[in-house]
Amino acid sequence: MAQQLPLLTYLLRRGDDNLILGQRLGEWCGHGPQLEEDIALANRALDVIGQARNYLQYAGEVEGKQRTEDDLAFLRPEREFVNCKLVEQHNGDYAHTMVRSFLYDAWHLPLQKALTKSSDERIAAIAGKAVKEISYHLRASSDWVIRFGDGTAESKERAQNALNALWTYTGELFVQDEVDQALIKAGVAPDMAKIKAEFDRTMDRVLAEATLERPADAYMATGGRQGVHSEHMGLLLAEMQYLQRAYPGAEW
Amino acid sequence: MSENPNNWPLWEVFIQSKRGLDHKHVGSLHAPDARLAIENARDVYTRRQEGNSIWVVPANAISASQPDDAEMFFDPADDKTYRHPTFYSIPEGAKYI
Repeated sequence: MAQQLPLLTYLLRRGDDNLILGQRLGEWCGHGPQLEEDIALANRALDVIGQARNYLQYAGEVEGKQRTEDDLAFLRPEREFVNCKLVEQHNGDYAHTMVRSFLYDAWHLPLQKALTKSSDERIAAIAGKAVKEISYHLRASSDWVIRFGDGTAESKERAQNALNALWTYTGELFVQDEVDQALIKAGVAPDMAKIKAEFDRTMDRVLAEATLERPADAYMATGGRQGVHSEHMGLLLAEMQYLQRAYPGAEW
Repeated sequence: MSENPNNWPLWEVFIQSKRGLDHKHVGSLHAPDARLAIENARDVYTRRQEGNSIWVVPANAISASQPDDAEMFFDPADDKTYRHPTFYSIPEGAKYI
């Protein structure tokens, strides 16, 4: 059992990151700047929700309390969500949404790539499926960051503002606490130092092409992994969980 | 929908469903450049495994015949059945003819 608790937390973290980002990206559905872009973003939202589903399903099995992925998504209170703070940040304008996705994708792709070699076969299989999707996500979000950065004076300003505002949430992505340490030792999870190196390479490459300035590492906001979230999280959950809270067990 | 607020140009999209088959016209979309046109085509037109390869062509690069010319263009072929190679037999197993 000692092994199970870190694994459960790790699976919830992977699931919650994707679930909350999917909820945020889904908010754009019907409001995208262009019909084609609206569909493209909704596709990516559904991709990450699919990945969330796989991780939360496995989490429910590991927990062994008969909770399904739906129970975990719609019936947990805020303090039990262990997603990083980056994904719960509001959408803002399209530059803000794309920069948030870019930061996430640049971290998420090398992480899931590394997880394909996990000693846990179920995780390796989930990651194997996710890598193709995320490769495309990173390409799409990078392209927009480059377009905005190397675009007009206004688009550049908006992209740089988003980057400056969101940078404080990137530190949390690479924190390794006792949960990570236990799983790294068991060969289940990768050492985040390698993930950080690839994240840095992607930042340097894309931001240079976008003519955007990489913010200096200063104060980094953390707490999401322990269930302590920013003020945006409660509103997000209120919307996401409304139906199951108001009509428990509703199905359609 | 008629006016495109960002003035993105229109692209015609062609999808090849399987290697060896021709690219078929599936529709059109707006995009600022070819790269994004291909990415948008991927998201709009290949969501249900329709595609293996994508072509996009700026709509304004296509010259089309005029509907008014249809009679003189196409009707004269109506009674020229000798142009149809109906006397050839098609080998068995040839699927795509």
